[in-house]
Parts: sequence; C-alpha cells; structure tokens
Amino acid sequence: MTLSLSPPTTPSAPQPLQPQGWLRYLSFSTDHKVIGLQYLVCGFLFYLVGGALAGAIRTELLTPISDFLPRETYNEILTLHGTVMIFLWIVPVVNGAFGNYLIPFYVGARDMAFPRLNAVAFWLIPPAGLLLISSYFIGSAAQSGWTAYPPLSLTTPATGQVLWILSVLLLGGSSIFGGINFIATILKLRRPGLKLMQLPMYCWAMLGTSILVVLSTPVLAGTLVLLSFDIIAHTGFFNPALGGNAVVYQHLFWFYSHPAVYIMVLPAFGLVSEILPIHARKPLFGYTTMVYSIMGIVFLGLIVWAHHMFTSGTPPWMRLFFTIATAFIAVPTGIKFFNWLATLWGGKLALNSAMLFSCAFIVNFVFGGITGVALAQVPFDIHVHDTYFVVAHFHYIVYGGTVFVIFASVYHWYPKFTGRMLNEPLGRIHFLLTFVGFNLCFAPQHWLGLNGMPRRVAEYDPQFQLINQLSSVGALLMAISTLPFLINVLHSAFKGTIAGDNPWNALTPEWLTSSPPPVENWIGEAPLVTEPYGYGLKPGELDLAATSGRQLWSSGKPDNR
Amino acid sequence: MPIPATILTLLAGMALVLAGLWVGQNVNLLPLDASANAPVYDELFKVLFSIGTILFVGITGLILFSLVRFRRRSGDRTDGLAIEGNLPLEILWTAIPAIVVLFVGIYSYDIYDRMGGMTPLNDHSAHVMAAGDDRGRTWAGISPAAIDAEAGTAALPIDVTAMQFAFIFHYPDADITSGELHVPVGQPVALHMKANDVIHAFWVPQFRLKQDVIPGQPTLLSFTATRPGRYPIVCAELCGPYHGGMRSTVVVDEPDTFADWVAKNSPAPTPATPTPVQS
Repeated sequence: MTLSLSPPTTPSAPQPLQPQGWLRYLSFSTDHKVIGLQYLVCGFLFYLVGGALAGAIRTELLTPISDFLPRETYNEILTLHGTVMIFLWIVPVVNGAFGNYLIPFYVGARDMAFPRLNAVAFWLIPPAGLLLISSYFIGSAAQSGWTAYPPLSLTTPATGQVLWILSVLLLGGSSIFGGINFIATILKLRRPGLKLMQLPMYCWAMLGTSILVVLSTPVLAGTLVLLSFDIIAHTGFFNPALGGNAVVYQHLFWFYSHPAVYIMVLPAFGLVSEILPIHARKPLFGYTTMVYSIMGIVFLGLIVWAHHMFTSGTPPWMRLFFTIATAFIAVPTGIKFFNWLATLWGGKLALNSAMLFSCAFIVNFVFGGITGVALAQVPFDIHVHDTYFVVAHFHYIVYGGTVFVIFASVYHWYPKFTGRMLNEPLGRIHFLLTFVGFNLCFAPQHWLGLNGMPRRVAEYDPQFQLINQLSSVGALLMAISTLPFLINVLHSAFKGTIAGDNPWNALTPEWLTSSPPPVENWIGEAPLVTEPYGYGLKPGELDLAATSGRQLWSSGKPDNR
Repeated sequence: MPIPATILTLLAGMALVLAGLWVGQNVNLLPLDASANAPVYDELFKVLFSIGTILFVGITGLILFSLVRFRRRSGDRTDGLAIEGNLPLEILWTAIPAIVVLFVGIYSYDIYDRMGGMTPLNDHSAHVMAAGDDRGRTWAGISPAAIDAEAGTAALPIDVTAMQFAFIFHYPDADITSGELHVPVGQPVALHMKANDVIHAFWVPQFRLKQDVIPGQPTLLSFTATRPGRYPIVCAELCGPYHGGMRSTVVVDEPDTFADWVAKNSPAPTPATPTPVQS
C-alpha cells in the first residue's frame, strides 16, 4: 500500500478575496488595468450594437421611399445609434479604457487616485447602456435624435425619452467620476521627481479632456433634468406653449455637446502622440507647443457652442462671434497636425497596422477639419446645416478621427494587454477595408448635403438614390471590416506570437514592466522616465553599423530636407 | 548634379496652389443657383474649396511621401534623427493658419453682410410698418431691409406656418392660402415664419438659404428669386416620423405669370387689387 500524501499547500499565499483569472473582468475590481479593459470590451460590444443600428439606417436609405422600417422605428434607431456611439463607445473607450490603463503608468503610480470611484464609474455604464437599449423593447425608444430638442422631445412618447434621459444622466455621472479621477491622478499621484512637462502627451490630453468633462457635463445633466421635468411634471422651461423657450435648451445642450467633441478627439490626439514617435523612431516634435495647443483647444472649445445654432434663433452678432471663435480652433489643431507630420519626417517608419491607422486618422481628420472650418462660416452653414454634409463632417471627425485612433491603439497596446502580438496581415486587411469602406460611405454624403438631402430622413428625393446606395456599400464594407479585427483579437489572445515585455522598443513607462503587467504595475520601484520620447540618434552621432555611404558623405545631416 | 530639394519643393508648392485654384473654380458640387444670394454663396464656396483642396492634398501628399520615403527597410533597427522641435517652424505654422482663418472669417462676414444677414431684424423702418407688420419681435433670420434697398421695391410679405408635417403659405395682401410657395422672379420676398408645434426648418437648396421655424419665436427669411422654375422646399429639422416627407415646392414665376396666379387664386370678391404685382 502506498502512502498518499495530502497535496502540498502553499501557506505563504493566502486565498485572495477578489476573483482571479478572467473572472476579474466581471468583478468590481479596483485594478486600473482591469477597469481599463472592462471599458474597452464593454465599449466594443456597444460599438457592435451601434454599428448594427447604422446598418439598419443605411439599409433604409437604399431606396428613396420609407420601406424597410416603420417611420417611428427609424427615428428611434437614429436616436439610439447616435447615443450609443457617443456615450457608450467613443467617450468611454477613448477616455475610460485607455485613460485608466495608461495614465497610472505614465505618472508612475500603482493605481488611479480613487480606485473605488473608478470601479463605480465603470459599473454605471453597463446598466445605463442596457437601460437605453431596453427602452426600445419596453415601449418605444426616444425618437427625437441624440440632441433631444424640445418641443419634439416633449411630444414624442414619454417613456422612451425619460429612459433616454436617465441613461444619459448615468453615463454623464460616470464620465464626471472618471474626469475627477484623471485630474487627481495626473496632478497628485506623479512619482516624485517627475515634472509636469516630462509627462507623456496623453496625460496632457487627458488633463485637458477631464477639465472639459468636469466643467461642461454638469450643464448637460442640469438641462436634461429640466427637460425631464417638462416631460413628467409638465413644467414649461422649454415648452413654448407654456411660455418656455425652446432655444435656451439648444444653448445649454451645446454648451456640453460641443466640448463633447473635444472630449472625444483630444484623448485620440494624445494616443496618436504616443503611437507615432515609437513607430517612427523619432522624438515627438514640438512637445511644448503640443501642450499649449491642447490647452488652447480646451479654452476655445468652451466658447464655440452656438455654431450649432446658426439657423436657429440666434441674433446676427452672436453668429459673427461664434464664427470667428470656431474657425480659430483650427489654429491650435493645425499646430498638432503639423507637429505630427514633422514627427514622421525623417523617421524610420514601421508600416504596421498601428502606424497605418494613425496616418489614416491624420488624413481623415484633416478632411473633417477643413469641412469644419467651412461649416464655421455662417453663410456656408446656412445652406448645409442639418444636411448630410454635416453628417459626413462629423463622421470624419469622430469615426475617421477617433475610431481610427482606437483601432491604432488596440494594435499598439494589445501586446501589453495580453502579452501576445496581433496578426499583422489580418490587421492590414482590417485597415484597408475600414479605410476604403469609411471613405466610400461618408465622402459622397458631402455632395448629398450640398445638393439638398437633409439629415435624419427615411425618405428622400429619388435623384439621390445612386449616391445613397454607394454610401450604403461603404457601410457594408465597414461592417465586414470588423470581422478580421474580431478574428484577430480573439485568435491572437490564445495563439498569437509571444510579445515579450517591450516589442516596440518603447521608452514610455508602461513598456518598462512585464506584459501583461503585474497587479501594482511594477515589481519594485516605479521607473522615473523623464524623457518619454528620447528616441533617435542625436545629429552628428552615427550608428556605424547602419550607415550608408551617402550618409557618411553628407556627414549625417538629413541632406537638407 | 541633382536638382536641389528647395527648388523641387517650391515647384511642388506652386503646382499645388494652381491645382487648388483650378479645382475651386472648375469643380461644381452645388445645385442650380436661383436666388440673388446664391451666386454670392457660390463665391465663398469656391474660395473655401480652393483653400481646402490645397491643404488636404498638401497634407495627404506629405503623409504619403513620408510613408514611402521614410519607411523602415527590413533589417534596419536604427532610429531616426533626434529632432525635438523647431521654434521658428512652429511660429510659421501657427501664423499662416491664423492669417488664413482670419481672412476667411472676414471674407465670410462680408458675404453674410451682402446676403443681408447683418441687417438688424427689428428695425421698424417705414416700409415694413407700411406693410402692416406688427408681428412683434423677430428672433432670427434675414431682414428684407437690405435687399429692398437694392431692388428699389418693397418686399412681398408672405406668412409661413410650419406644422407637422406641412408648410402653409399665406399671402396677406391677396388673402391667398396655398400649400405651394409662388414668388415672382426679381422681387424681394419676406417670409414671416412661425411654427405651430415643434421646430421645423425652411430650406431651399437652390436659394442656399435655411432658417429654423421655431414655436414661440417668429423668424424672418428674405430673398430675391432670380431664375424661374420649380425648386424643392425641404424641412431640415427633425420634426417627427414624417419629417422626411415634409416637403413642398417653391414656384418662381415670371411677374406676369405670378400676377395671373394671384388673380386666379384670390378669393372671389376682391375688394382691393393685389398691390405689389399689378403693373
């Protein structure tokens, strides 16, 4: 008879109270990396929902008559599409996901300043999102667009509108919690010795964004509470029939919702500023001006809201002021784009998926920015306001801009998240399909708007049918493009090549630890990174192994270019 | 000896500007122009289109050039040059966009002024009063005062009521109510607009004009039609399930045809002949 011993116990490691392994991602974890990935995956699931809604819209618009969906349903779907994409996909992912994952690394902290608040902020999102989507099944979802202008929002079915308000209030609360947390973390949790002007650019972008979140989101919350009073208690804040003023709502709404555009794109600017130097093997060009331009955008972003109301009840002087203020945002934004171009210039560009998505972001955003400066001009806007031109413009900003950056960021940080690389050929297929599909979908819509197709319609003049069908084909390509991405992400999580700690040879602190990182980010002391972009050879200093005859001949100067 | 890079850059820049100007002048993306301010609008569009083309093609070209010229060759593990910034360059590319943007802003202000947009709306000048205009405050829009002065005649007042899901046009002088807007070519028209239920927007793409019609806040839209024809009136503000079907037509007639239409549609006992059109 053999003597069986009880399995050796490990008395040194007590059983942790928190779930371990993949279960962490379904728990109330306070680890900023878990929360970041929770935001990312949750946001992506809502992106699939929002994308399906967009598919329904593009299917309806295949024909000039309203034949695919009932008219009320069409309005519910366009309302849900806008709300889901903004409040459940772009804002949470570009702020919450990457902000939570990266900011503690960048400031040299072991977690966010308020870890429990952080977890609360995330866990507000799934119920709020489910509430919003459930409103469609309970009775009817909101039908007044994501802008919910009264008096229309007071006359459409109340249940859906009130659920919409509740859901947006919860999501706004989550956003404010996140904003407070980012400000506190960036300003107060920096590792001793790390100066503000040594922080990676994404920290500055998130600081600017969080200032906007904290200043403007409460205004939206207050406005929506008043709107809900008008709906439930029949008060008359915005109801002209009761002496209210419908245009005041628009001012209050856009006081949040214009900064919301910067809440969606500033973090993307920050992420691109992290990705480009690493894959171009050059320092970020013009760090200081980049910081000032972010703060310039934050300031100007708060005083341009009425450009959404040029055809509304605004007096002439107001139209003029907001034209100039809006057009001037192009200046700090332009600085950032020129700095990125200068970062690429003379680098050693790795043409991988992260780089391709980042460069496509620059192209798309410049296009959207140019149409944006045009839209800032009152006489121009008076013709195209509330048409497909505007639809095309803002999709170039938020999809061509931010969503492209989200994909670039996933390709860039996936090795850190999982310890495995994504498949590069699949990534390039994803990029090609997305880029072609996106431009095919939205570029023709500029023409539609200029020639007379208003937005938010289920039926239109038959002369626009061909262009609309072209646009729908583009939308189909975009839908297909998510397949290689999904396959890639799921397959690589188990079968991808092992990445190692620092596959890109990057200098920012998140790469100076294992992949995936341990619970408190670093074993031992946090590294002090004072030059996050210290790539590149100093001029005059040549790596002989890689030197060509021509470089020697020109003594290392970049031959006058 | 190769051509110096500076000269190539200069030539590329010149070609780019010329191409941008050509595109702005020769690529037409706009519908027919049928009002006095449409050609003015089209001028602004051409300027913006030229600037936009130059910028977009230039930046895209730079990116593509960088991606090809500076791509990492296989086996190359080195870094690029450690250039961290260039202050004069930063000042240059801050100043140029600032000047361009300021120029565009002032230019578009001028265009808006020429469209009559900067004329005070509640200026109760003589002829507006004469037309019996006691509708109270006008909250937004384009006043007829500016275009009257050019045309030398008073604007034809028309009351517009927007409701779910139709526009109703009422001619106070002739006492005609119509679902279609009829206007004479060459005469200024002032639309006094109000909404009964929710916000709508009155848009005629061929006129390049749009104005929200807001319950509780009357608005005004003035224009002079210049080209006879039938053009769509489109509601451009989400107003409910049938928003997409809320369309009408503006018929721009020769003055004689318009007079006939007024005569034919006026209520049978016409105490006074319709003033502005009988010549």
